Amino acid sequence: MSILGASNNLILIRFILNKKEIQTALPPGTLLLDFIRYHQHQMGTKIGCREGDCGACSVLVGDFKNKNLHYQSATSCLTALGNVHGKHVISIEGLNMAELNLAQQAMKDESATQCGFCTPGFVVSLSGFCLTEQEPTEENVLAAISGNICRCTGYKSIEKAAGTVCKSLENRGNESPIDFAIRKNYLPQYLTEIPARLLALKQNLNGALQPKTAKPKFLGGGTDLYVQQHETMHHEDIDFLFDQSDLKGIVQKGDICEIGAASTVTDMLESPVFQAYFPNLKQIGKLVSSEPIRNIATIAGNIINASPIGDLSIFFLALDAKIHLKNGNEKRMVPLRSLYLGYKNLDRLPEEIVEKISFKLPDEQSKINFEKVCKRTHLDIASVNSALFVELEENKILNAGLSAGGVGPVPLFLPKSSAFLSGKTVSIELLEELLELIQTEISPISDVRGTETYKRTLLHQLVKAHFSVMFKELDVKQLMNLSL
Amino acid sequence: MKNIDSNSHLRGESIYLDDVPLVAGTLFAAAFGSPHAHGKILNLDLSEAEKMPGVARIFTYKDVPGENQIGGIVPDEPLLAEHHVHFQGMPVALVVAESVEEAKMAMKKIKIDIEPLPIITDPRVAREKGELIVPPRTFKIGDVDAAWSQCAHIVEGTADTNGQEHLYIETQGAYTFPLENGSIRIISSTQGPTAVQRHAAICLGIPMHMLEVDVTRLGGGFGGKEDQASMWAILCALATYHLKRPVKYSLDRMEDMRMTGKRNPYSSDFKIGLDKDLNIIAYESTYHQNAGAAADLSPAVLERTLFHSTNSYFVPNVKATAYSCRTNLPPNTAFRGFGGPQGMFVIEAAIHKAAETIGVPAWEIQSRNLIKTGDEFPFGQIAESEAKECWVVANQIFEPEKIEKEIKAFNAENVLFKKGMSFMPICFGISFTKTPMNQARALVHVYTDGSVGVSTGAVEMGQGVNTKMLQVATQIFSIHPNRVKIHTTNTFRIANTSPSAASATADLNGKAVEIACNAILDRLKTITAEKFSVSETEVSIDNEEVLIKGSPVGYNWSQLIQDGYLKRIALSEHGHYAPPGLHYDAKIEKGHPFAYHVFGTAITEVTVDCLRGTYLVNSVKIVHDFGTSMNTAIDRGQIEGGLVQGIGWMTLEEIVYDENGRLRSNALSTYKVPDIYSVPKEIDIKFLKTEKDNMAILKSKAVGEPPLMYGIGTYFALRNAIKAYRPDAEMEYATPMTPERVLMGLVGKKQEKVTV
Ligand SMILES: Cc1cc2nc3c(=O)[nH]c(=O)nc-3n(C[C@H](O)[C@H](O)[C@H](O)COP(=O)(O)OP(=O)(O)OC[C@H]3O[C@@H](n4cnc5c(N)ncnc54)[C@H](O)[C@@H]3O)c2cc1C
Ligand code: FES
Ligand code: FES
Repeated sequence: MSILGASNNLILIRFILNKKEIQTALPPGTLLLDFIRYHQHQMGTKIGCREGDCGACSVLVGDFKNKNLHYQSATSCLTALGNVHGKHVISIEGLNMAELNLAQQAMKDESATQCGFCTPGFVVSLSGFCLTEQEPTEENVLAAISGNICRCTGYKSIEKAAGTVCKSLENRGNESPIDFAIRKNYLPQYLTEIPARLLALKQNLNGALQPKTAKPKFLGGGTDLYVQQHETMHHEDIDFLFDQSDLKGIVQKGDICEIGAASTVTDMLESPVFQAYFPNLKQIGKLVSSEPIRNIATIAGNIINASPIGDLSIFFLALDAKIHLKNGNEKRMVPLRSLYLGYKNLDRLPEEIVEKISFKLPDEQSKINFEKVCKRTHLDIASVNSALFVELEENKILNAGLSAGGVGPVPLFLPKSSAFLSGKTVSIELLEELLELIQTEISPISDVRGTETYKRTLLHQLVKAHFSVMFKELDVKQLMNLSL
Repeated sequence: MKNIDSNSHLRGESIYLDDVPLVAGTLFAAAFGSPHAHGKILNLDLSEAEKMPGVARIFTYKDVPGENQIGGIVPDEPLLAEHHVHFQGMPVALVVAESVEEAKMAMKKIKIDIEPLPIITDPRVAREKGELIVPPRTFKIGDVDAAWSQCAHIVEGTADTNGQEHLYIETQGAYTFPLENGSIRIISSTQGPTAVQRHAAICLGIPMHMLEVDVTRLGGGFGGKEDQASMWAILCALATYHLKRPVKYSLDRMEDMRMTGKRNPYSSDFKIGLDKDLNIIAYESTYHQNAGAAADLSPAVLERTLFHSTNSYFVPNVKATAYSCRTNLPPNTAFRGFGGPQGMFVIEAAIHKAAETIGVPAWEIQSRNLIKTGDEFPFGQIAESEAKECWVVANQIFEPEKIEKEIKAFNAENVLFKKGMSFMPICFGISFTKTPMNQARALVHVYTDGSVGVSTGAVEMGQGVNTKMLQVATQIFSIHPNRVKIHTTNTFRIANTSPSAASATADLNGKAVEIACNAILDRLKTITAEKFSVSETEVSIDNEEVLIKGSPVGYNWSQLIQDGYLKRIALSEHGHYAPPGLHYDAKIEKGHPFAYHVFGTAITEVTVDCLRGTYLVNSVKIVHDFGTSMNTAIDRGQIEGGLVQGIGWMTLEEIVYDENGRLRSNALSTYKVPDIYSVPKEIDIKFLKTEKDNMAILKSKAVGEPPLMYGIGTYFALRNAIKAYRPDAEMEYATPMTPERVLMGLVGKKQEKVTV
């Protein structure tokens, strides 16, 4: 946390950009995108939106995880310099070799570039895929470029190129992705020297970045803050939480799961605990933003941002998660279900940071389902989303949690509907009554994501979807015929 | 041949506007747009803004030395608002400062007092109030009024299409530099360098020869930078004119979305009549085009709607009337298809409604009425048609009966999911409908080292036109592609260009390159014939080797060029091309406006999730009339890209303005274009290759715009899937088919108007 006046001596931000060691006194809130383009004059990283929504600005960020250097894609338009302090950043320029690299050649062969403006972003994402430990499957390689928008090609050629890249990684075996990519001449040689250089650089960082004042802005990944306050953020006094080790990690303690507040959505999806307890995690995960955003978006950021349609808020509301707040040495716990008081109004002091989120892991008799519908299924904010958690005994519901987003000023927990379900036996009639009740607990408004009628109808349908997914024994025709 | 820019694109080394190295002393501009959609400016207070740090100067209409006017077709659009504002975001003042940030900070301090006037956003309301941009136009053939009595089936209805944001990933922008003696160099992200030059000259009150407009390439245009790039270029030029300093303005995404126009939304009425054998006997349509606050290109867009009112069909009796309606939205503009898609949607809706009413699949009506060679379009041109060929080949290769059967079986089995299919034939006229614009020039230089530089009026924006120009030059000279460089599009090298639009750019400029290269080649052959004492017809060049009577003589291109220089022949040529035979008389609305038409047929299959209202495009299978494609890789890319853009327009892309004329879908987070997951799982394109003579460059038919209209098929396939779930679903013919609209159809509710 911030210690007033502790760091009047300036801490320079240091990192490696491609091959070059960077040391800069620019405000740590400066965007990586602006730094690369307008301070380093490397123009391959493009600007399409400055909102994380197009991927033209994609870069790779490498840092040590355990002992290995681990790369992830990120949108440089939402990444503060402070969040790459002590790391390796690769932009398109850092992926060029004398000949075209693997992804470049594959894209050229498939004629996957037209106007070319989106192209470096795709190359970065695909090259990044070569550097990750992810299995080379079609699903994974498409996820890697899920944050890149192209307005010219219609994607088919890009899809084929991605397929080629994927295929080229098939024989990697146990070799480390970086070694393999370099041995095969898929990516430039200099990458082998980075781990040693980065270690040396890390030893010379003169301390962590500290805020200068007592009231800094808390920054996680910045995917909300830089969208909402992009004009002022780079001058702000910032407390960088993203890399604070005490806010990282997802662990199981008995039947409780504790998530460090600065864990990212990707951390969550890759966590063995989550994978063990949520079999359909991958499908859910794919519905949340895009891979580069998931790589930087933190769980606490999603919850504190309090967007009425935050996917994680909705997920954790159903699970009755607890939010652990801390202010210096003072700590307290707030159930997520009572955190949201009104539109962007939380039971939280501005000085309090989220330390962790905890919840009881579902047991064998429990089920959770998450539904989300938006205009575009992927990389879009929900029109309505909803989660239903139930603890079952045979087909009797012992305990339920139903949450819904996009239908009120905050992410909603539906207490009456949830209570109504407890102790009831699953049936079409039960669903019918539930469907009536939910309508009394919501207050959607018409906006760009849908009319009020639509949102009411959609939640009605999504609750039916929960039942149809969870309780396969229900008659589908009867379920479909339940109308609003 | 691969796109010649592939390597530099893939390496991030291609230079777009915002990548041009900054010149010392550059100032940065930002336009202050009107916060109201309609009103009278009572007071504009710049005093506080002018005192902000870094501000060099703030310009208003009073600073425009020439005419404050950028309207191309109709002079109704000021560069900077004078006393009235007509749409939200209409530029009122230009702040120029030492940095982008300072310009934006200063802009926040501008105060404006506006007396509000009534706001119109609906084109039908505008028509009622007499707010028309140009007088309405009507295309007629036969006698519609008399024909209704011959019809066994008559169906009427309305059909509405929403607009579409271009969403070129590179936003609009310009960078201007002072040259000596008051000349200005303008780097602009424009499809129309001459439009920028012409209007800059008008606004600055200087001759066009003082304005050099240079374009390397665009990061996408799609029509959005045909006319609408001029504003930003001229604003920068205005600042450079006064301050004698370089000025740059690269719009941020929200500025771009808020201040620039989009595809024109249309609200239309139709009436269609068929005889008992399903022949379309009569068709009457009325289009209300939402032009926005100024004409921009809307009158030309309107005209193309009429030219494509009957799509691929022959209808003997037609009356089509179009109104260009003035509303308080940003001036709408060109977008791939240029009014054609809007017109085609209406007749497709009419056919589908007729089919539903009669109880036959729409494709029975579609297939029976395809236009044949020799049939007359409502505007008098006689068709050279491949419509039937495309349809028949599509039926042979793709076996739609089988698809239909499988869909029926699937739908009978499944409750939660339903499938639907559709046919979408297309017919698109190639040429600028304004006949004089069908001309182009190319300047070809052969340098003494044998390398070749080609300049044309074509702007490269991803469509691959530069690659095609290079192919033309290499093919004619028969030299290695590395010898040829396509230079920037520059108004000092090529004058009076037509914009890169109307799918005609490669044809027009390619022919000009062909003419210029041939002229140089002729001269080279002459000196070769002299040298070897043979006749010119016995000289040829093959892959850099000069051949005499077909055999090599140890004399190559480099030596030939050397000799050409020594012999003092012109190694440069300026080629001019104007396609013959085009004419159109707007007084009688008859003529022969198109060099040729492009045809095709798409078969689309979709699956709808009937619980959630979401959907998936399973496949789009296309037979497309390419003529003899000169670059199948590029042409395939155009089809795929155009199709997906069309599907986007028909499905997810929803422009929402509120009643105050404020754009609510104003960012990529609220305006969704197709991503990699939302495109068809399968796109299968079969080339209909025809050797027939046509007016296309190297017989390779234009391919830019036509494929967009295949996307319309997705709309109707989705409708059919919804109907499979709820046969009594009463759905308007309105776009886009968002998950909301689908769900409303599935649950049997009326879609409310999206106003927020
Ligand atoms: C392109 C794009 C797509 C998106 N798609 C989705 C989506 O599909 N679903 C979805 O739910 N969201 C989506 N989002 C929103 C966003 O990514 C998430 O809300 C994300 O989890 C926010 O985390 P962050 O770390 O980036 O937040 P930041 O922007 O860093 O912070 C957000 C807020 O939380 C506060 N904060 C952060 N960490 C802490 C802490 N430990 N203690 C106290 N306060 C803290 C910050 O001060 C700030 O007020 C999207 C965003 C973008 C840009
Ligand atoms: S610029 Fe669009 S994601 Fe960064
Ligand atoms: S090639 Fe133009 S946006 Fe992708």
